[in-house]
Amino acid sequence: MGNSTSPALKRVEVTQEPVSSDVAPVVDADAALGRPLSLDGLHVAFGERKVLNGLTLDIPARQFVAVVGRSGVGKSTLMRLIVGLDKPGAGEVRIDGVPVNGLQPSVRLLFQDARLLPWQTVLNNVGIARRPGWREASLAALGDVGLVDRQSDWPAVLSGGQRQRVALARVLVSHPSILLLDEPFGALDALTRSDMHALLERLWLQHGFTTLLITHDVSEAVLLADRVVVIRDGQITYDVPITIPRPRRRSDAAIVALQSKILEQV
Amino acid sequence: MKHRWADRLSLERLAPWLVPLGLVVLWEVAARSGWIEQRVLPAPTQVAVAFWDTVSSGMLFHHVGISFQRALLGLLAGGGLGFALGVLNGTSRHAELLLDSALQMFRNVPHLAVIPMVILWFGIDETAKVFLVAIGTLFPVYLNTFHGIRTVDHGLIEMARVNGLGRAAVFWRVVLPGAMPSVLVGLRYALGIMWLTLIVAETIAASSGIGYMTMNAREFLQTDVVVLGILVYALLGKAADVVTKSLEHRMLAWHPAYHSARSAGG
Ligand SMILES: Nc1ncnc2c1ncn2[C@@H]1O[C@H](COP(=O)(O)OP(=O)(O)OP(=O)(O)O)[C@@H](O)[C@H]1O
Ligand SMILES: [Mg+2]
Repeated sequence: MGNSTSPALKRVEVTQEPVSSDVAPVVDADAALGRPLSLDGLHVAFGERKVLNGLTLDIPARQFVAVVGRSGVGKSTLMRLIVGLDKPGAGEVRIDGVPVNGLQPSVRLLFQDARLLPWQTVLNNVGIARRPGWREASLAALGDVGLVDRQSDWPAVLSGGQRQRVALARVLVSHPSILLLDEPFGALDALTRSDMHALLERLWLQHGFTTLLITHDVSEAVLLADRVVVIRDGQITYDVPITIPRPRRRSDAAIVALQSKILEQV
Repeated sequence: MKHRWADRLSLERLAPWLVPLGLVVLWEVAARSGWIEQRVLPAPTQVAVAFWDTVSSGMLFHHVGISFQRALLGLLAGGGLGFALGVLNGTSRHAELLLDSALQMFRNVPHLAVIPMVILWFGIDETAKVFLVAIGTLFPVYLNTFHGIRTVDHGLIEMARVNGLGRAAVFWRVVLPGAMPSVLVGLRYALGIMWLTLIVAETIAASSGIGYMTMNAREFLQTDVVVLGILVYALLGKAADVVTKSLEHRMLAWHPAYHSARSAGG
């Protein structure tokens, strides 16, 4: 993956200037799209089993929130509600104060597996929605993730990390206001994963979408997010802001301390 | 050194042909010397002469043309209907509920068993043969299309919907290509059944076609023409196989099993 790292990605890694996270990052022209998201008293039950039990969370525009919680606690279920694939038994999801009903064009979900169409080339996968001007937009998105040179390959010949980057380009094409990431890096090795972290952070700073990242990996959460929330028993049981300046280092004492504090809550 | 390599290569190419060639020579010798009676099996050279005679009299092309036409019409009708029903039942639970059990019942009737019925209905004219081929090819195409559509990765469909594809786009870009490998398997089965049905139908009730040609030759003890007819059937079967194989290579070029080149080339 190394040779295709874009210059911009490197820049994020070597910047020494601390950027305080409570100061709005510099964003490009088509950014500042981020919209506020509120989850209000969400209930979901599968038969007798209650999965979400009055989950409430307010996320301001452009905030990067990491969601951690044990396996089976209902994180993916929550994502499906926000994107509009499923409906809550009770409660409401609101974007910009408007209750969602059905699939949302302004919300995009990056699944745990890349879910690329094997019968379409990388470029056609990225431009799957075929909106007017999709070719140019897709090439730009592939440029964002450093894969322009693989545009005419079949997905089957890509590595796991490359596939996940193509999936990331696919969600970027539609300039989402809210980006949901359901453990997108879970299956990647540690090195590829840390490349992906840098990439995601850069894209978020650049595009300014409101971001919700699900992860099992507490260090990933603390490294990337403005705020970490813990789901337990169908509710948010812990909610902590991360004010450590970016770029953050995994070995930073403050990060390590926060990590163990959050782990206690999971 | 180079010369030796070339020798080896051509030997390797020739090797698979040695045994069949030897058998043909043995057959020729046995037939000529009278070990095998003329009534049982003519010599290969006699078959070749029969081939030349029937070609120059135009008889062979006349019969092959008629058989080919029946095969194609029957396949288009049966395969087309099977495909349409497979798509309908695969995409609509209501249609499946209404139609599938009836189709399963019909499927269990061996289609050759209805030959007497078909002769009663249509006599021995063209419709009878086309009808038989059609019902023979309908079910393999139906079953494999249905199965292919139902086993398309649900995650891909969900991904497409989340990325803003409507119902029609999901069908054309996700469901149909995903079902295509299975549809083509059905087509291959159908082609086998197509020839088999035609052979039986033409030998039992016909006044033209390869099957008729061989049956007619049998009455006059022209074993050379009979053997020629069998060979023509074998060649047509092989040709059908080659066509489906190249179709697979074209339509499933994305499939790792068919990757000839690394790149899809735009
Ligand atoms: N369609 C469904 N039918 C029945 N039960 C379901 C369904 N989807 C999810 N569940 C149940 O809901 C619970 C939460 O599932 P969910 O996939 O949201 O967990 P998760 O937090 O994403 O877990 P993981 O970290 O392992 O991905 C699980 O107990 C699961 O079995
Ligand atoms: Mg999950």
